[in-house]
Amino acid sequence: MPHRTFFWFILPSLAAMVLFIAFPIISVIIQSIHVEHEQVLISVENCGPFGCKQITAIDAEATALLKADQPLGQFSGLDNYTNRNHLAFKEVSKAWHSSESVGAFFSALLNLPFYKALLFTLSYTFVVTPFVIVLGLAIALGVNGLPKLAKGPTIFVSLLPMIVTPLIGSLILFWMIDGDGVIGATLKYLFDDPNLSLKASPTLTWIMLFVYGIWHSAPFSFIVFYAGLQTVPEDTLEAATIDGANRWQRIRYVVVPYMMPLVVFITLMQLMDNFRVFEPIVGFSSEASATSLSWIIYNDLTQDTQLFGSAGATSVLTIVGVAILLLPVLVRTWRDFNRKSH
Amino acid sequence: MSKFKTFAFTATAAAMLVSSAANAGCGINGNANVSILGNDFPALHAVFSAAEQCAGDGVTIIKNHNKDFKNLMVPALSSSPAEYSAVTVANGTLVTLMNNDLVRPLNDLVEKHGAGLNKTQLVSVDGKIMAIAFMANAQHLFYRSDILEQVGLTANDVQTYEQVLDAAQRIRDAGIMEYPVALNTKAGWNLGEEFVNMYLGTGSNMFKAGTAEVSINNADGVATLNMLKQLSSYSHPDFLTFDSNTTQAMWEGGKLALATMWGSRTAGVLDDEGSTPEVVNGTNFAAAPSFNGGSTPASSLWWDGFVISKNVSDADAEASFVAMMNGISTEMVQANNDAATWLINGYKPSKAASGVAATAMNGASPYPMLPFMGALHGAAGAELADFLQGNESAEQALSDMEAAYTTAAKEKGFL
Repeated sequence: MPHRTFFWFILPSLAAMVLFIAFPIISVIIQSIHVEHEQVLISVENCGPFGCKQITAIDAEATALLKADQPLGQFSGLDNYTNRNHLAFKEVSKAWHSSESVGAFFSALLNLPFYKALLFTLSYTFVVTPFVIVLGLAIALGVNGLPKLAKGPTIFVSLLPMIVTPLIGSLILFWMIDGDGVIGATLKYLFDDPNLSLKASPTLTWIMLFVYGIWHSAPFSFIVFYAGLQTVPEDTLEAATIDGANRWQRIRYVVVPYMMPLVVFITLMQLMDNFRVFEPIVGFSSEASATSLSWIIYNDLTQDTQLFGSAGATSVLTIVGVAILLLPVLVRTWRDFNRKSH
Repeated sequence: MSKFKTFAFTATAAAMLVSSAANAGCGINGNANVSILGNDFPALHAVFSAAEQCAGDGVTIIKNHNKDFKNLMVPALSSSPAEYSAVTVANGTLVTLMNNDLVRPLNDLVEKHGAGLNKTQLVSVDGKIMAIAFMANAQHLFYRSDILEQVGLTANDVQTYEQVLDAAQRIRDAGIMEYPVALNTKAGWNLGEEFVNMYLGTGSNMFKAGTAEVSINNADGVATLNMLKQLSSYSHPDFLTFDSNTTQAMWEGGKLALATMWGSRTAGVLDDEGSTPEVVNGTNFAAAPSFNGGSTPASSLWWDGFVISKNVSDADAEASFVAMMNGISTEMVQANNDAATWLINGYKPSKAASGVAATAMNGASPYPMLPFMGALHGAAGAELADFLQGNESAEQALSDMEAAYTTAAKEKGFL
C-alpha cells in the first residue's frame, strides 16, 4: 500500500487516538506536576444552628486573585511523585537507614499507602493471571470434549461470571460470604468455627479477592481458547495419535504450542486488566485490608478534599507500571515477528 | 402498608394537590428556572417535592437526588450559569463549596422572603448568611433496654463509653451476645467520622489555632484511638466493613445491644419493616456517650441546609430561594414530622429525634467547618484501619495520620 493511501486509511483512528488517549494522558501529566495555589486563610465568625464560633476560612477574593495569576496552580515538579502518599523517597530512605532488619524495613515500607497498594496490586496480577490462563484452557478442553447438544448451554453458563458487571458480581459474592450468607455459613459449618469470618482477616480477604478475580476472568480466557481449539489441525492430532501419543501428550505437544499466540494475547490482556484491579475492592469493602493503585486514584478523587495532582501522579505511575509489566511480553513478540519476517 | 397509613398518605396527597393548585408559582414574578441538587434520602425527597409545588406560571423546577452529589456539585456550580441554582448541603459540604467561592450570600433574600425562619436556621460566615439549615443530624447511642435490663443495667449506666464497655462485657458474660457493640467503622469516610467524633469528646482542638497545622499526636489522640480499639473488640470482627446500612440491618436483625449510629436511621429502625416487635420495643435512643472523664458527648452535630449558587441570575436565585422556602415550610414538616429532626417551626419532636436532641443538649460540638477538615477526615479514615487491626501502635497511627494529612494539605495549598 502506498504511504499516502495508508495515511488516509489510518487518519480517522489516529485522530481519535490522539484526541481520546494522547491528550487526556498529557492533561493528566500536566496536572500531576502541579499543586493548588496557596489558600489565603482568614479568621471569621461562623454562626449556625449550634451556636457561634470563631473559625478559619478561605479568603475567597484574595485566593481568586492568586488563582487568576496561575490558573494551573503552583508548579511543583515531581513533588507529587516523591511525597509520602506516592513514592515517598524521604520516608523510604529514612526507613532504610533506621531499620535494623530487612523485615523491619519492609513493614515500614508497607506502612506507606502507595507501597501497600502496590504490593496487593502486584500480588493480584501475578496470582490471578496464571490461574486464569490454566483454568481457561482446562475449561476450553473440557467443553470441547462434550457432546454437541451439551456444548451451547455449557458455554453460556461458563460465560456468566464475565457477563455479570464486576461491581455487581463482587457485591453478590460479598453478601454470600457474610457470616449469614450461604458461603460464609457453610464455611463456618465445615470448619466448625462460629467466629470464622472471611472479611475480618487481611489474609482471607486477599484470598477472597484472588478467587473472585479468577472466577471473573477465567471465562474470557476460556472463550478465546475455545475459539482457538476449533482451528487446531485435525491432521496433526491424528498423526500424533497414530504415533502413539496419549491425550495428555497430544495437549502438551500439539495443542498448547499451537495456541501459544493466544496465550501471549491473554497474558497481555490479563496483566493489563489485573494491574488495574478496582471494582472488587469497592464491592468487597476491603479498603482496610487490600487497596490497589486504581483504588488510590478513586479515593483521591472522591473524598471530601479532592486531590487532582495526587490522582494524576498515581495515574502516571500506573501507566508506567503497566508498561514495565508488558515490556517482556512485547519484546518477545517483537523478536518473534522479526525472526519470521527475515 | 396499614390502613391508617394508606389513609394518611391519601389525605396528604390530596392536601398537596390542593396546595399545588393554590401555590403555583409561589408568587415568583416572571419566568425563572429553578434546579435543585441534593443527596438521596427520604427527608430531602419531602423537601424537594414541596419545593416542586412552585412550578407553573412560567417557573420550571428540576430536581436531582444523587448519592454522589458531593462529586457533582463543584463542577456543576463552577460553570456560568451554574447547572444547579440550589444545592442541599451539610456542614462539611458547605465548606467545599465555600472553598471554591460558589455560594451566594443570602442576607437580602432572607430579609425579603425569610419571615418564617428561626434565627438558628441561618448559617452565617463573617456576617454573611451562606445557607439556610432545616434539619439536624448526629451520631448517638442506640440501646436495647430489654437487654440492658437482663444484665441489671438501665440507660443511666451507659452514659460514658467506659460504661458502654462495661455493659458490653456483662452482655458477653451473660452469654446473650458475643459482639453487642457496633459503630460505623467502615474504612474510609465512616471510620474517619468515628475518629473525629471521639476526638471531639476530649474537647481538644485538632489544629493549632488559626493555622492549618494538625496537632492530634498527643495524649487525647492516644485516648481516642484506644477507646475506638476497645469498642472494636466488642464489635464483630468484620467491623471494618460496617457502614450505616450494615449497622442498621444488624440492629434490626437483633444482633446488637449498644450502637452509635446516625440520628437519620432512627425512623427506619422504629418502623414496622425489617425487624421484630421484640427489637423495636426494646430500642431506645440516648445522647452520644462521653469518655475519658470529659463531659462533652463524643459526637459531632451536623445540619443539612440549602445554599443558592453564585453563578445564576438574580431572578433565578430569588426564585430558587422562594421555592426552597416553600420546600421547608411548616406544612411540609407537618406532613413529614418523623422523617428527620427538623429545625423548622411546627416540628413536634418524637422518640425518633430524642437521641439527636439529647446529644445537642449535652453540648456536643458541631462538625468543624474548616476548609482543611476534609483532608484530615480522609487521612484518619485511611490510616486508622492498620491500628484497629493491631498492626501498629496508637502513636504510629497518629503520626501516619499527621503525615498523610500534611501531604494532602500541602497539595491543596493550605500549608
